[in-house]
Amino acid sequence: MDATTVLAEINGNIATIGYGLAAIGPAIGLGIVVGKTIESTARQPELAGRLQTLMFIGVAFIEILAFIGIATPFIFGTTGA
Amino acid sequence: MTQASIIAPMADEVEFHPPSISDFFPDALFFEGTPFAFTRINMIQVIATVLLVLFLILGTRNLRVIPGRFQQVVEFGFGFVRGQATQVIGEKEGKKFVPLLTVIFFGVLFFNLMGIIPGLNIQGTSVIGTPLLFAVVAYVGFIYAGIRKHGFGRFMKNSLVPGGVPGYLVPIISIIELISTFVFRPVSLTLRLLLNMMVGHLMLVLFFGATHFFLLSFNALTILSPFTLALGFAFTLFEIFVAFLQAYVFMVLTAVYIQLAVADEH
Repeated sequence: MDATTVLAEINGNIATIGYGLAAIGPAIGLGIVVGKTIESTARQPELAGRLQTLMFIGVAFIEILAFIGIATPFIFGTTGA
Repeated sequence: MTQASIIAPMADEVEFHPPSISDFFPDALFFEGTPFAFTRINMIQVIATVLLVLFLILGTRNLRVIPGRFQQVVEFGFGFVRGQATQVIGEKEGKKFVPLLTVIFFGVLFFNLMGIIPGLNIQGTSVIGTPLLFAVVAYVGFIYAGIRKHGFGRFMKNSLVPGGVPGYLVPIISIIELISTFVFRPVSLTLRLLLNMMVGHLMLVLFFGATHFFLLSFNALTILSPFTLALGFAFTLFEIFVAFLQAYVFMVLTAVYIQLAVADEH
């Protein structure tokens, strides 16, 4: 192939980097939730159990976003290239 | 030259089988072509159910005042669910829903744990039917709880119109609340469990499949195989944790939805 037109070639599916992008938002969210829970537990250790329950509820809502990111290649990957 | 064509000539005998979505649609074992096609995953669900029933029968058969080891494990599970139910819903209301939450917790847990048992290696909850069934049980559970406590009209008013909303915002807010309460709750319960279990299975297959490929390709890649094997074991432990966590999350979210339904004011 002519070197002036093609210098480098990458092939594969762009969807493979999609999950990396989809994980950024939930990752930040998880960091905040877990960090704040640790902070609150340090301030009021007697509430640790209640805070842990609340943390897992919050984590569950954040997590669903990351899992939608995982599911999208299976939904759209079959039609696009 | 692409990456695939560099690797491919070295591996002319051993092929790498990456995990794919078709893992979750295996060929039928019995009744092929009928709506009752019985696949490998259905067989694993039956095995999980039998194991759960055995666990509960053996665990509660000879109850002693001073529990043995196995009885302690069973009692810890029951006590854990009861503790969470009364903590989230409240002492008086919570006791009524302990049976429902216990069924959800142990059911989801045993289906999830099938994914790390050698030879079975796929979760009973990794096809959409099972999480959907559990979500429908939770959905009916919290709507029933709300209607029994408040009656249909007050329950709908409580869940659609949060307290302190100005009158002109009520139409918009109630549409948002309608969608989030009666559509997104069961859908997110289903998808969370389903995708967690699917991804768990795909990751384990990826690590053990890569180990098989690296080890048997007998070239420079072979030295990588101990690392992928170790990662595979690490992720197996992680999957045990995820199995417990997802059973716990499913149970706690059901409890939270019941609590919101039976609460007097929002």
